[in-house]
Formats: sequence, structure tokens, C-alpha cells
Amino acid sequence: MRALVWHGKEDIRCDTVTDPEIEQPRDAIVKVTSCAICGSDLHLFHNFIPAMLPGDVMGHEMMGEVVEVGPEARGKLKKGDRVVVPFTIICGECDQCKRGNFSVCQRSNRKKDLADKVFGHATAGLFGYTHLTGGYPGGQAEYLRVPFADATHIKVPDGIPDEKVLFLGDIFPTGWQAAVQCDIQPTDTVAIWGCGPVGQMAIRSAVLLGAKQVIAIDHLPERLEMAQAGGAITINFDEESVVERLNELTGGEGPEKCIDAIGMEAHVSPSMPDTVYDRAKQMLGAESDRPHVLREMIYVCRPAGVISIPGVYGGLVDKIPMGQLMNKGLTIRTGQTHVNRWTDDLLRRIEEGQIDPSFVITHTVSLDEGPEMYKVFRDKQDSCIKVVLKP
Amino acid sequence: MAYYISNIARSKGDPKVLHSGPSSLGAADRLAKALGWFSIGLGIAELVAPERFTRALGMEGKEALVRAYGVRELGHGIVSLSPDKHVGLWSRVAGDGLDIATLMTAMRHDNPKRDNVGIALAAVLGVTLLDIVGAQAVTARHSRPRGRPRSYRDRTGFPQGVQAARGAARDFQVPPDMRAAPTLAAVSDRAPQERARPH
Ligand SMILES: [Zn+2]
Ligand SMILES: [Zn+2]
Repeated sequence: MRALVWHGKEDIRCDTVTDPEIEQPRDAIVKVTSCAICGSDLHLFHNFIPAMLPGDVMGHEMMGEVVEVGPEARGKLKKGDRVVVPFTIICGECDQCKRGNFSVCQRSNRKKDLADKVFGHATAGLFGYTHLTGGYPGGQAEYLRVPFADATHIKVPDGIPDEKVLFLGDIFPTGWQAAVQCDIQPTDTVAIWGCGPVGQMAIRSAVLLGAKQVIAIDHLPERLEMAQAGGAITINFDEESVVERLNELTGGEGPEKCIDAIGMEAHVSPSMPDTVYDRAKQMLGAESDRPHVLREMIYVCRPAGVISIPGVYGGLVDKIPMGQLMNKGLTIRTGQTHVNRWTDDLLRRIEEGQIDPSFVITHTVSLDEGPEMYKVFRDKQDSCIKVVLKP
Repeated sequence: MAYYISNIARSKGDPKVLHSGPSSLGAADRLAKALGWFSIGLGIAELVAPERFTRALGMEGKEALVRAYGVRELGHGIVSLSPDKHVGLWSRVAGDGLDIATLMTAMRHDNPKRDNVGIALAAVLGVTLLDIVGAQAVTARHSRPRGRPRSYRDRTGFPQGVQAARGAARDFQVPPDMRAAPTLAAVSDRAPQERARPH
């Protein structure tokens, strides 16, 4: 089959690879009908999260049709089922899974020893996301093996187009959880840093959950325009001071809830000197992430407020204002998304027409064009916000 | 190719690369990569054995300067190999200027190694040309073209409109483990129902 394969820094190729095969009795094989490139794939593209190996298949946002089912997954899945595959692989039986903390499933990471060493305790297996999270081949491919498939799937009905449900596997629940962990009150201002795909979903989620105002921060005009379309007030950080503007919009008090939909690769600009400092340290290997957004959020957030971090961080950050964080009594909520905890509810909201996540798609191409689209998406060319691939 | 080695370690049912297709790396990126590694190599040489350079060029006594250039060259290399490679290549062009100026000072008539300096100058000029071509190509490949971006004004994501969407999911119950610090209402007398919220 064909698949997008990681070969090194900024080197992703559309290769011919062997087809995946059922390995464990709970596995299933899915024929991928749609998949997408995620912002967090760019961290791998840049090799900022170590533990990728040449030959690893990329992709963790995918859906398709079940074509083969292992003997122990048969009760829950059958050939022909239409499924969205969550990016977190879950056993559904361990203590964490039972609590709904799916992204830290204790059994799905098959490289547990490595992950235990690096993270202290292993987190769930993820598709196409380094050997720290199991080294599972991803779904930017024609076929995908789904481990623990009896639990790791979201069934979707026929008759609803791929584009409307594809993002149930990652960015929609990710934006949703980011907003949910803010525990949004009708009096709250929610500020969201980053208007990429997850930021856009977080904006919609905060609007749906009834925030008083939602403020979105970016500097790309097309992304700000999309944010505005979704009901956000926008701040262009190239043109105005984020802190000043946020205070202005909140009567000088600061937003109660802040969402970081940027993560480890904050935009670098001489007008934000800390980003240049981080970039230099990152190049020398002295810091893995650029936490500009985190610093800004801690600074501007209203005391006793909440900081929610769906943006991916990889390792070590520097110059975090712990004094502000502690004295202001801020709550920080983080985590990879517990996808399956939200998807039944979100699928219903899509079916009822409350939201249609396909609004974020700006490019639909074939798998062969995938490598080039990584570049276009990374360089934000052609007003690219979300790329869907059709294997 | 590297993937042959990692193929061996892959589990039985995992896809293994049979043959490679088109890459996201363009010609400009490959040139940047080559020039980046060239910088690293040259930088290490200048740092480790500066006397080789000074002797060949008749610039004895300038070892510290060559070492400093070595550090500079490593900087060019690291940036050229990073995602910000256009910065790296343009910094190389600037560095080439510095190298040329330094070599010109050694083109004195009384320098017995004048011929070597001439060869070095020609080499640096050639590399400069390559750096300029590479820097331009990389900049062109990765910059956002000017002009109006596409309009996403109608991309609300809400089939029933933004107004209808505001608060449409207030029916959603935030799970207990994701509730935040209590709001003002939770400890005020005016909102006992808030205080009574189940935990
Ligand atoms: Zn993702
Ligand atoms: Zn589990």
C-alpha cells in the first residue's frame, strides 16, 4: 500500500510499504477513506520530539471502513463498519480507562519501558506519534491496523460525509476538552492563543458552552478571519499588544480562562524577545520547547483563573514565571485528549446540526500530494489551515 | 537507506518500506542541508586545527580569529540545518563577506603564500555564489506569497448561525474532575444552588 513515511527532519515521503496485518486478537484493519495532517504532526516534521525512526508511518487523524477483525474484537466490530479512529489507543479496561482518562491508558503503549524512563510513567499508545507512545504506524496510509480495536473506535452512521465526522478522532474533541476543562461560566471571558485547527475547534466549543466572550489570538489574517466567523473577537499580535488588548476587553481584570492551542513551537519574532531566546536555546539543544504562550497566559490570566493546555509540549521549558503562577492561584489543566470520553456527545451535536467541523478544511488532496502539503501547511502558504488526504 | 535498518526492528504486522516515493524536501532544501553540513565541517576544522589555515594562508598569529570564525561557522551550520534554514543561508552569505574581507588582507605582495590565498578567495567566491542561489531558492520555496489570503468569512462552523450557537451546549455537564476553582457565586449567599452543586 502507499503511506506517508517519516525519513528524517522535514523529509516525509509517499512510499510503497507492506500492508499492515492483524497481530493481536483484539486488532482490526481499517481501509482508510479520509485522513488529515495535524498541527502536531509538524513537531515530528521538524524532529522536535525525538524518538521517530526512519520508516515510521505518519498520521493520527483517520477514518474508514473495517475490512478485517481479530477474533477478540468481533463482538464489538464487524467487517463493513464505518469508524473514526481516535488518536489515543485505549484498552477500555485498565484503571485509567475506567475513569475516562483514556489518553493515559496503562496498557496500550507497547514501548512502556522506554516511556516509563522518559515520562516517569507511560502514557497511552498513540498512532503515528513516535516510539515514546508505542511507535504505532499511523493512518496517513491506505490501510491501518487498529490495536485494541474493540475499544479504540468511534462508530459513525452511513449517510453523513467523512468531512463532518473525521475530526471526531482528534481536533474536535481536543478543542472541546480544552474548553470543558475551563469549566466555562456564562460570565467568563475565554482567551484562546492560536487559530490553527485546534484553536478553531476550541473557539467553537467555548461559544457553544456559553462563554460571555471568546477572544482569539493569532497573526495570520485568514486564520483570524475564520476565528471571527466562529464568533470570536480577534487580536492580531503583529499589530497590537496581546496583554493590553486582553485587559482592555475584560475591564482591566484579565480573562478568567486561557487556552494554549499553540504548544511548543510559538511564533518567533524580534518583537517578542523571549521567543528569539527560546529559538536560540532550542537550536543548541538547551531547551526543547518555546513556551512564549505559557508565559503570556500566566501573566495575563485573572487570579484564580484556569489555564488549559491542549497544545503539545515535548520536553523542557525555561523561564516559566512560577511566582506569578503560584501567587495568582492559577489552575493548570493539561493532557492529551481523552477522545472517547466526548465523542458520543459530540457526534450527536454534529448530527443535530449544532456544529459542522468540516468548516476548517481548506485543502483536500490525494495521498501522493501529502509530502508537498506538509510543506504548504507548515509554511502557511495558500491560506492553508487544514489538509485532508484521500488515500 | 536508514529505513532498512529500522525495518528489521519492526513488529511483524507493521508496514515496512518497500520503496520510497517523492519527498517533502525540495532541491533548495537539499542544497541548504548540504551547505549546513559544510558549515559544520568547516567550523570544526577551524576550531580544532586553526594553525593549518593560518600556515597555508601566511596568516600566522591569527589562530584566535580562525577559531572565532569556526564558532561562527558552526552557528551558520546549526541554523541552516534547522527549519529556519533561510536565516542560516543568509547568515552564511554575510559570513562569506567577512571571509572575503579577511582573505583580502592576506593578499599582500610580501605574503609568500599569496597563491594559496588566491585559491582560497576563488573557492570562497564560488561558495558565496552557491549560498546566494540557495538562500534565494529556500526563501522563495518557504515564504508566504504576497497578495490577499483566501476569505474564510463564511466559515462559521455553525449550520444554524453564530447567534444560535452561543450557549447551545449549556446542557453539557462538566464532569466533576474538570470543574475549576469555585466561582464567586459558589461562596456567595445569593446563589445557594451553586454551592450545592454536586461534586
Ligand atoms: Zn492531532
Ligand atoms: Zn486502558
